[in-house]
Parts: sequence; structure tokens; C-alpha cells
Amino acid sequence: MEQLIQVVLSGLATGSIYALAAIGFTLIWQAAQTVNFAQGEFVMLPAFFVLIGINFLGMPLWLAMLFGLALSVLILGVAFKRILVDPLLSHGGLSLIIATMAVAILMKELVKEFYSAEAQPYPALVPQGAWDLSGVIISLQDISHLIICFVVIVGLTLFLDKTKVGRCMQAAAQNAAVAEILGVNVKRMILYTFVVNAVLATLASFLITPVYLAKFSSGEYLGLIAFIAAIVGGFNQVRGALAGGLLIGVLDNITATYITAEYRQAIPLLLLIAVILFKPEGILGKPEGRAV
Amino acid sequence: MTHPLLSVRSVSKRFGNIQAVNDVSFDVQQGEILGLIGPNGSGKSTLFNCLLGQYQPDSGSVALKGSNITGKSPSELNLLGIGRTFQQLSVFPEMTVIDNVILAGQEHSGSMISRLFGSPDAGLTKAAEKLIGFFKISHLRDEPAGSLSYGQQKLLDAAMAFMAEPSLVLLDEPAGGVNLTMLGNLKERLQAFNSEFGTTFVVIEHNMEFVMSLCSRIIVLAEGSVIAEGTPEEIRSNQTVIDAYLGA
Amino acid sequence: MKFTKRNLWLLIGLALLILAPIGQGRYIVYTLTSWLVFSIAAMGLNLTLGYAGQISLAQSAFMAVGAYITALLTLNGIHWIVAMPIAVLSSFVLGLLIGFPALRVKGHFLAFVTLAFTTLVFLVLRNEDWLTGGPYGLSGMPRPDFGLFNTGKNINFYYFTVFIFVIFSLLMYQIVRSPWGRAFKGLRENEIRAESLGVNTRRITLLAFAIGSAAGGLAGSLMTPLVQFIEPGSFALLHSLRILLMVIVGGAGFFFGPVVGAGVVIMLPEVLRFTEGYYLMIYAVTVVVLIIFCPKGLVGLGEIISRKILKKKEVRKDFEQGAKL
Repeated sequence: MEQLIQVVLSGLATGSIYALAAIGFTLIWQAAQTVNFAQGEFVMLPAFFVLIGINFLGMPLWLAMLFGLALSVLILGVAFKRILVDPLLSHGGLSLIIATMAVAILMKELVKEFYSAEAQPYPALVPQGAWDLSGVIISLQDISHLIICFVVIVGLTLFLDKTKVGRCMQAAAQNAAVAEILGVNVKRMILYTFVVNAVLATLASFLITPVYLAKFSSGEYLGLIAFIAAIVGGFNQVRGALAGGLLIGVLDNITATYITAEYRQAIPLLLLIAVILFKPEGILGKPEGRAV
Repeated sequence: MTHPLLSVRSVSKRFGNIQAVNDVSFDVQQGEILGLIGPNGSGKSTLFNCLLGQYQPDSGSVALKGSNITGKSPSELNLLGIGRTFQQLSVFPEMTVIDNVILAGQEHSGSMISRLFGSPDAGLTKAAEKLIGFFKISHLRDEPAGSLSYGQQKLLDAAMAFMAEPSLVLLDEPAGGVNLTMLGNLKERLQAFNSEFGTTFVVIEHNMEFVMSLCSRIIVLAEGSVIAEGTPEEIRSNQTVIDAYLGA
Repeated sequence: MKFTKRNLWLLIGLALLILAPIGQGRYIVYTLTSWLVFSIAAMGLNLTLGYAGQISLAQSAFMAVGAYITALLTLNGIHWIVAMPIAVLSSFVLGLLIGFPALRVKGHFLAFVTLAFTTLVFLVLRNEDWLTGGPYGLSGMPRPDFGLFNTGKNINFYYFTVFIFVIFSLLMYQIVRSPWGRAFKGLRENEIRAESLGVNTRRITLLAFAIGSAAGGLAGSLMTPLVQFIEPGSFALLHSLRILLMVIVGGAGFFFGPVVGAGVVIMLPEVLRFTEGYYLMIYAVTVVVLIIFCPKGLVGLGEIISRKILKKKEVRKDFEQGAKL
């Protein structure tokens, strides 16, 4: 029983990080009807920006993190939108999806060639100790991750619902034509969405990399998990992505501990197929009406 | 007792807080040309989409020759003999004109298997050529449809709707953006289909002159409900209709 | 057969295929064969992607299915000619089973589901040692012997592959120009219009995907006797992306686009060998540049250029007429 609580708790902690990446995914989907196949690499890369800051530019951790965040916003947010998404959006979704796949390969290879092919240690952001609550070992790291992610997600939700910019972003995502008529600068709002995605990916990167180490290939699995979390939860909902992330985090941990380590990776995939078969709009999603 | 060709009973459709179509009922008789008019946002297109399987009506039913067709998919409805045109341009831009028209008929010809192993044109080239001749676009036979002018694409769209010899055709703003010469051509073609083959039409249109001269009966929608029904003359002099259009 | 310009080109192409390996070393013959095998896989994906407009990331997984089924059967003494149809049919049926749920929903779900499938297949191949040999794979598969014609020698296997490739191309051509092919294209260009004309879009998309998958199975079935050693790594997700790249580079929606694309993608590592580790980077940048500046691929580019040249000629004819008047 104690073990189960631990397993679920650390599953929730990892799941909340998956949720950050998954939410970014959903936001981009809503705003630009684009599936970003490089989302996993978007989570992998910021950690290397930080490592570059620390190891090559001699920055302290806090400054390196700011440096990493700035680079991410610039490269993964603004440049990605301007250089890749803008010219390709008119060609239709297919080209853009394939282009993001290519970007994923490019990012991986750049890190592998110019930084290292080996997994790199990465400084932890949060305390490493553990509490022992009558037999249940609770890792401080897990608890901090959960708290940070929830603060971020609540903050994001408030931003989207309560601020003018946030509401304009939602309007632009729901109906670009109407939003444009109402005086919303739709293009700018879409750009903001890409920036928000970059920030979320960076946070996810800072939190997850101390756990899994920084490696060029770590985005492959993360990206897949982010998709699955987004779809399982409901692709058109922020809270859906959150629920999906948490569910997969817990399921993943339970599988690895109790069932099979070999097929650990297969469980989210099977969950994905089951959801698509039986509840294609996702656990919390609403069916999307067909527009003519 | 004979059934009307199409019978619409209490169809309603809601989007969020907006009642787009509210309890609409009417019949379409075999061989008539029925006009469907109403101010912008009166629910004409939503109603069309409910009749054509693009949307599921929230309540109500639609019957074709007495048999219930509510909730059938657009392709099933087409195979039952309902053709349609679209408000916006709707052709296959990279395919040639003749291929566009053949595609419009091939699903009605032979079985799935014969369509894989049989002749590439499903034996439809002659019929397709005749049809584009009828719409006076024969000279564009081998041009990609996307390279045609707006009016020519509208004609092609209409030709495609007729390829499968439908008993009922729903036209969504066929005259929109079409120049006067083309418009005359289109009206003449539609009337010819109506008198020669007895094809029945339901037409959504904003061009009043076009509707009034083409249709034998007109239904007026406003805010999702039918507010008037009658011959063009009756509609022209109906005070409710005039008020609805003037926004009173 | 009418003696048209196009048929002439096809004959020249066939002659080149026949002459290409003569006097060449082992490695060149192997590369040529592998090019044809990947061309088959890519032409299959082209049907799904280029004609019907659906992204599949499972082409390497279907190759794996074809390759492993062929390997297991031929290792147990069953002739390739029996094993191959079983492999192709299995891929087709699997394609139907995977495509069915994915295509129930709109959007890019097929891409996700096929991505998941490829990963699942990889895991099964790696973990189920008793059947697949696990990470070490299977080896020692025989090449088919047809009595008078034994494909054991590399050059013979090459001609055998050419033969299969030609048959496959003819079948594919029949599909593409049949009403089915027209429906596929209709689906890609205007799904809603196609549906309103009686095209059962879900069924036709599913078939496009399953036929494409079956072609992947056929390619896998040829892969097994070609390399005579298969392991899970040869069919990982990266290889699906490679096949996708072949289609894009060559020109999605052009019949022989994937053949050109497969040639480029297979030759590219040789050409870029001097760049060593940068190979994949150059590859990725090439894709992005191609998609942005030349979305119709190399064959599409060729068509645009040749049309421009032809147009110049037409203009000159006009001038001539003008001079006569």
C-alpha cells in the first residue's frame, strides 16, 4: 500500500510535467491547426541552452535558466513561427507536419554533433530530500514538481480567461475570422500562442531534465507522451491535456513497477488506441462539430 | 396516397445559444423549383446542411419519397438521388474538367470491385462530355478545373451536381458572383433540366430577380423560422417578408 | 500499345534498369536492388499520402510485418512465392485494422496512430525473442529458387526484383487511373465535395491506407531475401520518416515521384559521406527547404521547368503565325 501511494504520487509528479508539454501542444493545435511533431525536442533543447550557459559562458544557474528561457522564446517561439509556420500554413497541414518532423531531426542532430551524444548531468532545481510519513517515502522533488506545475497551469488558465490578451488569444483560436472583425490582431495572437508554448516547453525541460538527464534523444519519448496525453485528455481542452498528462504519468509508473518494464512504452500507446476507438473526442473533450 | 418528393418536418438545429433553425416544416413536390430566401443569418445554409447530412438536426425529420432519410451521410444521400452545389467554389482544382464530372458520376456506376478493375472512366466519358457540352464548357474539357474563371467553375459545379441524374438538386447560391451572361446561361440550363427530365430543385439565392423568375414557389426564412410561403407574386407583396428584409 | 512519347520514356527506363547492374560490383548491385525495394514501399505510401492525402508513419512497420512474416515462413521451408502473398495480405488486413479507428476521427489522427503502431511493432519485435529473435533478429533466410532461375546470385536477385517492381508498378497504375484513384484524388482535393458526390470518404481513405500498407508489406517481403538478416532496428520510426522523405523529395502525387525520391534518399548518404555526422542535419534542412520552396518535389519541379520550356516554344509558334498574317 505504501509503495502504491509512492508510485502514484511520483507518477502524478511526472505526469504534471508531461501535462505542460501537452498543453502547449493543444494551444498550438487550436491556434494554428498544426501538429508540432518537434514538441519533444522543444522540451529537450532548453536544458542544453542552460548547460551552454553554465559550462561555456560561466553563468550561475539562475542566469543560465533566464538565458535558456530567452533563447527558447526566441528560437522555439518566434523563429519557429516566423520561419517555418508562416510560409507553410498556406500549403496545408501536411507540409507543416512533415517540416516539424524535419525540425525534430535537425534539433537532435545539432545537439548530438555540437554538444554531446552522451547523457549529461543537469542541476536540480528543487530540493532532493524525502519525507518519511509513517512508511510512505515522499520525495520532495515530486512534491515541488506537482506544486510548480499546478501553479503554472492555474496561472495560464487565469491568463487565458481573465486578461484581455488571453481572451483575444482564445477568440483568435476559436474563430479567426470573427475575431479579426472584432478588431483582434489574429496574427499577433497566434504568435503569442507559439511563445506561450515555448515557455511551457522550457518549464517542462527545467523540471524533467534533472530526473532523466539531458540527452539529445530524450525528446522522442517525451513528444510521443505529450501527443498521447493531449489526445487522451481531449485535444481541444487545456484541462483535457492536464488530465491526460496526469493519467499517463501514473499509468506509466504503475506499469513499470508492477506489470512489465519491457512494455512500459507500449502502455500509453495502447491507451491512445483505446481512446481513439471508444472516445475519440478524449476523456474531457467535446466532439468537434463539422464545419462546411 | 403519393408522397411529396421531399418532406421536412419540424427540423431544428441549435449552436450554443443560437437557434439557427427553429421548427421548420415544408414539402417539395415532384418537378417544382422551390426558392428558399431570407436575410443573412436566417438559417438557410444551416437548414440546407441539415437536409444534406452535413449536420445532424437536433430534432425533426426529413423524408425522401416517404422514406426517412434523417441522419444519413452526405454520400448516402447523394446515392439516393440528391445532388447539390456549394455556395463557395467547390471543384477539384488539380483534376481536369472531364475528370471532375466523371468523378461526380462514377460512384453511381457499377460495384466497388468493378470500379477498381473495370474501365478507368467507368464508362462515363460520353455522358460527361455531353453534360459539359450542355453547360457550354466543352472547350475546357482537359483544363485543370482550378484554372477556370469563377463563373466557369460555378457552371462546372452545377454540371457535377447533375452528372448522377439526381431527382432532386439543392443549389446553394448558384448565382452568387456570376456575371450576367453566365447567369442567363445558368438559368436556362436549370429550366431545361426541369422541363426535360423533371428534375426538382431547391434553390437558396440572394439575387431576387433570379429567384423570382426561376422558382414556382418560394419559402421565406427569418431567424430560423418559416415566415412566409407562396408564389413569387405573393412573396413580393407580403408585408411580413418586406419587414423581415428591412429589419423592422 | 500505342507508341506514345510516354511509352517511349517507360521503355528507356526499363532498358536502363536492365542495363544498370551489368559489369558493376556487388555493392552497386545491392544498392540498386535496395533502391527498387524502397521504391515499392514509397510508391505505396504515395498512394496514401500523395493521392489520398493521409499521413502514415507506419510504412516501416508494415515493411517489418512483411519482412518478418516472410522470414519466419521461408526459414521453415515454405517457398517465397507462398510466403509473399501471406505477408502482403497480412499487411493489408493490419492496415484495415489500424486505419479503421484512426479514420473515424478527423484531423491528423492517422499520423498519431501510425506513429504509435510503429513503436508498438518495434517493441514486440525486440521483446518477443521466442518468435522474432529479439534484438539480434533473424538471419539465414534463403533466396527464392524458381528451378530454372535461382535468385541466389546478387545479379539474379536484382532482375527478380526488377520483375516484381514492374508487375507492382502496373498494378499500381491500374489503381491510380481507375475510378478508385480518381476518388482518392477527389478526397485529397476537396473532401466535402467528394462526399456530396457519393464518395464514401471513410471507406475510400481506409482502402488507400490499406493498399499503401500492403505495398509496404511487399517491400518487406523482398527485403528479407535481399539482406538475409533482419533486426528490429531496421524498421524503427526513423525509417518510416525516411520513406516519407522519399515521397516528399520525389514529389507526392506523381506516379514515379517516389522512385526518384527513393533514389535520392538512398544515394544521398553516399554523396554526403564526406560530411560524416552532418548527414542527418543536411537531410533535415533539405526537407524543410524543399517543402518551403518546392512543395511538389523534384518531379514537380521538373514538370514546372519543362512546362516553361514548352511555353516558350508555343510563344514562338504564335510569332510564326503572326509573321504569316
